[in-house]
Amino acid sequence: MSEIISPVRLPTGRPAPVAGEGAGVRAVLIGIAVTFLALFLVIPLGAVFAQAFAHGVSAYLDAFREPDALSAIRLTLTVAAIAVPFNLVFGVAAAWAIAKFEFPGKTFLITLIDLPFSVSPVVSGLIYVLLFGSQGLFGGWLQAHNIQILFALPGIVLATVFVTFPFVARELIPLMQEQGSSEEEAALTLGASGFHAFRTVTLPNIRWGLLYSVLLCNARAMGEFGAVSVVSGHIRGLTNTMPLHVEILYNEYNFVAAFAVASLLAALALVTLVVKSFLEWRFAGELAAGRRH
Amino acid sequence: MRTVWLSTIRTSSMPGFRRAGCLALLGALALGLAAPAARAQTALLNVSYDPTRELYREINEAFARSYKAKTGEDVTVRASHGGSGAQARTVIDGVDADVVTLGIPSDIDAIARLTKKIPADWRGKLPNDSLPYTSTVVFLVRKGNPKGVKDWSDLAKPDVKVITPNPKTSAGGRWNFLAAWGYAYGQDKDAAKADAFVGQLYKNVPVLDTGARGSTVTFAQRRLGDVLPTWENEAYLVLQEFGADKFDIVVPPTSIYAEPPVALVPGNADRKGTAKAAQAYLDYLYTDEAQAIFAKHHYRPFKAQAAAGAGLPDVKLFKIEDYQGSWDDIQAKNFDSGGLFDRLSQAGR
Amino acid sequence: MAATLAAAPAEAPAPRPARRFRRPSVLPGFGLSFGYTLACLGIVVLLPLAGLVVKASGLGFSGILRVATDPRVASALKLSFGVSLLSALVASVFGFLIAWVLTRYEFPGRKIVDAAVDLPFALPTAVAGIALASLYAPDGLIGAPLDRLGIQVAYTPLGVFVAMTFVGLPFAVRTVQPLIAEIDREIEEASATLGASRRATLLKVVLPPLIPAVLTGFALAFARGVGEYGSVIFIAGNLPYVSEIAPLLIVIKLSEFDYGGAAAIATIMLGISFLTLLAINLIQAWSRRRFGYV
Repeated sequence: MSEIISPVRLPTGRPAPVAGEGAGVRAVLIGIAVTFLALFLVIPLGAVFAQAFAHGVSAYLDAFREPDALSAIRLTLTVAAIAVPFNLVFGVAAAWAIAKFEFPGKTFLITLIDLPFSVSPVVSGLIYVLLFGSQGLFGGWLQAHNIQILFALPGIVLATVFVTFPFVARELIPLMQEQGSSEEEAALTLGASGFHAFRTVTLPNIRWGLLYSVLLCNARAMGEFGAVSVVSGHIRGLTNTMPLHVEILYNEYNFVAAFAVASLLAALALVTLVVKSFLEWRFAGELAAGRRH
Repeated sequence: MRTVWLSTIRTSSMPGFRRAGCLALLGALALGLAAPAARAQTALLNVSYDPTRELYREINEAFARSYKAKTGEDVTVRASHGGSGAQARTVIDGVDADVVTLGIPSDIDAIARLTKKIPADWRGKLPNDSLPYTSTVVFLVRKGNPKGVKDWSDLAKPDVKVITPNPKTSAGGRWNFLAAWGYAYGQDKDAAKADAFVGQLYKNVPVLDTGARGSTVTFAQRRLGDVLPTWENEAYLVLQEFGADKFDIVVPPTSIYAEPPVALVPGNADRKGTAKAAQAYLDYLYTDEAQAIFAKHHYRPFKAQAAAGAGLPDVKLFKIEDYQGSWDDIQAKNFDSGGLFDRLSQAGR
Repeated sequence: MAATLAAAPAEAPAPRPARRFRRPSVLPGFGLSFGYTLACLGIVVLLPLAGLVVKASGLGFSGILRVATDPRVASALKLSFGVSLLSALVASVFGFLIAWVLTRYEFPGRKIVDAAVDLPFALPTAVAGIALASLYAPDGLIGAPLDRLGIQVAYTPLGVFVAMTFVGLPFAVRTVQPLIAEIDREIEEASATLGASRRATLLKVVLPPLIPAVLTGFALAFARGVGEYGSVIFIAGNLPYVSEIAPLLIVIKLSEFDYGGAAAIATIMLGISFLTLLAINLIQAWSRRRFGYV
């Protein structure tokens, strides 16, 4: 699937005028596009912030003085801090193997890496319940050895890793395929070790794509709800991540606090988008527009 | 060589990596710091159902004080809330609950049956069939009761929209279902007529949320529906949270004796060495102090004196066991796959 | 490590090595990176999914079939697949339009609109679900005017449609956008110079090479919509036979302690994800042959 999004450069400046649709048609099309996006994307985002600040700034800030909210934030950061580097290393290794070498079954391998992407989040949680739950395949063994995976940090991390598994790899594969291996080959010919070539040639070439995929991976890791909700156990102050805490607050009729925590996640989304747009604008040349995240 | 390769990736000169590395380190530190602090004292986990969030927050704090005064030991009680069935499922799958306080006996039966972590005769282990408090189902309607809802029969009228949670996932949903059935059965002791009545009522349900709390939000916040049959305590809480000027509580002449039981989970507590504190926690629920807290939160306490303080209206309560037999039967007949609820929703589409 | 070391001398011009797994290359690290990739893939993806299939196969084929044909499950699957197909279709049409507008026209705020397209990627689904439900509820900002027109969105299959379109839209936009940017304007101009109407140029010259990308975007939006949970349950209404989606049914089966049933529905959904991804790959293979690129 890597080839779908052939790395191209998006026009970064003013698009050239097109000998095409008339001004009227153009205005209508722009109108439809903007209205559609506003109805489906922008207004919901605005609603989050509006409700978060419905009772003023101090009510908003109160939401973050709760120890349970702080522990949810801490857990979310911890989960992302483990899941994202793991997927980063995996993504680089997978992209190196797939983009730099030819071997049979490559498409199949890519499809398998893609799979978590199209698996329902609920299913992603369920598979770990079936493996590690007390009634699951390894449940008895884990219990005998007193190892807690489900309803604890390891389970939440696993579910998050699964959900964000393809992000870095799928961003890097087309990028590295596009760049080819000639530069690395030249470095090797000049006597560099393989590792040295990777560090000095490959990494600088892919760094913006890498940063950008890490951002998206991170946003998704922090925001995952369905999968984590199945494996978390919802123990206040212990296994609640931020999205789960939002749901809990919402169910306690504490709407301001719910939307306040939600707004923090939404702000994270916005920062991700801003940094991403900035990277695209600043490094459009280096950043193959890996359009599928 | 392999380790070098990996570690260098992490510490390479890229800002992204460095940040991720720092975060990982911070996370590990936070964990490392948090873990021993939590281990220094006994920590109990109470896995409970949806509407008891406010109740157990107060109970847990009060218990910690009382336990400290009595034994000198520190104890913290953590709580987890959600749809009763979903909560039972997490215990079955391995949540380390020391006690379970669920919405309906059949959910604790399921834990006992599937995990053996709770003895099969758990209901006899504590006073009053392991019920420190009971409750019932009342109606919440919009201010002024525009649809004139007075009794269960009004819920099946064609122009009334009823909001109730999914009986498959929610204990409150099951009590509502059983209450409606029991009401109809109590009229002329005809099970087929009762089935038909419940089917009629569920035709009036536009939204089936997964938990009692979801239904309340749908009714109170989204302003959908005319009547919300719900836990008595939940109805009072809604008046408190959303404003008494928006809703009225209608108490039907007859309703169900709703039994949210509590139980120790020896299979977990013995392993964790928390059995003593967990048992003390459950015993505490029967003390005057705890009973007064139940009353304050509009539950019906077990002790008569506290019950008088609750000031809850007199309702003629029926026990569903009297009509349908054991809890195993009640669960299988109504809610298991192919049960009455499934047949009704299939017929009703 | 042995494989990595072996990889370097493999470059020697050995004429037609009998059976070699991969084509020779000077670059090192294949063994290490390939092995690591397979190990991660195995532990994170394949092992758990295998566990799922094992659990479901405990029911036997007839058991899975019985679960799938249970009227309530069948109707949930029908809703999930039907509505996600429809929403993927709408997302594709509007996605194409948005991508076209964003690459071809200049207007104030274009960059902001462009960035906003990615919002559903980054916004947590539960947050999106709560926000959508409050907006499209009968008393919400968008729901109220629609309600006066007699259209109810939240708590109906239409609500499911809104949530699924929300999560699917970025895929539809982002798969076609780069290709629209890549279209050689000269071909369009040539077509116009040769006397073709704008309509004919669009239909016969511009559109055909974009079709594979549109199909890919469609398939991705579809796959994402079928599985979506967080944003849908808040707005769906969750009525059996009406607005109950398949992932919710998995959660319900779990609450009933019916692990086999949950695994069976999950396996059915997994199979469909597989087929969708396969279809995407086939479309790409086809279009590579047909157009030389995707």
